[in-house]
Amino acid sequence: MNNDISTSSLNTGDGDIEARLWEYIDGLSSGPEKTVIEQLLQTSREWKEKYSELLEVHQLMFSSELEAPSMRFTKNVMEEITKYQISPAAKTYIDKRVIWGIAIFFFTMIAGLLVYGFGQINWASSTTGGNIDKYVDLDKIDYSKFFNNTYMTVFMMMNAILGLMLLDRYLANKRKKYSKEA
Amino acid sequence: MSTGPSDIEIISRVLKGEHQAYADIVNRYQNYVFTLTSRFIKSREDAEEVAQDIFVKAYRSLADFRGASKFSTWLYTIVNTTCITFLRKKKLDVQSLDNEKVFESVANHDSGFNANQVEQKSKVNMVNASISMLNHDDSEILTLFYKAEQSLEEIAQILGLETNTVKVRLHRARQRLKEKMETSFSEEVKDIYR
Repeated sequence: MNNDISTSSLNTGDGDIEARLWEYIDGLSSGPEKTVIEQLLQTSREWKEKYSELLEVHQLMFSSELEAPSMRFTKNVMEEITKYQISPAAKTYIDKRVIWGIAIFFFTMIAGLLVYGFGQINWASSTTGGNIDKYVDLDKIDYSKFFNNTYMTVFMMMNAILGLMLLDRYLANKRKKYSKEA
Repeated sequence: MSTGPSDIEIISRVLKGEHQAYADIVNRYQNYVFTLTSRFIKSREDAEEVAQDIFVKAYRSLADFRGASKFSTWLYTIVNTTCITFLRKKKLDVQSLDNEKVFESVANHDSGFNANQVEQKSKVNMVNASISMLNHDDSEILTLFYKAEQSLEEIAQILGLETNTVKVRLHRARQRLKEKMETSFSEEVKDIYR
């Protein structure tokens, strides 16, 4: 075993030893970490003692008992469910066309505003060469027709929030997918 | 966890109209659901009522269970949301109980155990008593991991958290359990924590 590894591992705090041992006990340690811990358990008294402590707590946790409800519990539930029917699955009553309709509405609104903005740029002068910043002054685009209206501002804010939420959800799904693959 | 027909088989029978088959699901999971509910709600009567409500909700939404996760994971998600809603309705303090003062008040007020009462009891009883003294976030995560046979990923799904967060919370819950055992059952834990 690499002496550096064992020395550095032994020098870690008590909390760190526990954290690493819990991962080992739960079977979550990576291959090399598992090997290091197994060697530490053979060579270090401190690690061995801590391991025995945690292992006993771990086993006690598994042997702790579940609480039982009253004897009539199942009967009560079965009596209660006779008053109800199983609701149809959500996917059967959520019309995808409605969802798509709402999405198209929002995208059309955003696209419309963007087209309006770009329509005010003098493209002819910007294509004559040189730095595009000279010819396209974004500050001069007049959105006041739209944005002096409170409702419009609120609408755009909602659009932005919804867009960020969608982006967050998309990235979270991606992250989940990659962590699963890993 | 169980023998006999699988959860999916029972659910498919229920969905086909054999409603009485749902009793098998209730029998199979009632102790798990009641234990988890008791982690949130200390009054036994309220906990039982909420546990019943959870099974009724699960029954009504059974068609939404698509089998993407284990049935137990899906059911424990309902447990988690229903208990939190119940506590909110009751206007009980559902904040994270990291604050030591609140933490102690839960231990003293709700547990129903004290060191003298459990002096003669087994280590298992001591662990049970210590778990019941923890705040519901900690006791729930310990129960899901050790008793309800849920993996870290499944617990993350139930609680709506990242897996790494669950890992950290589980570690903290174990630390608090250890502290609780050491402070409340100092004599009994001598054999464990040397």
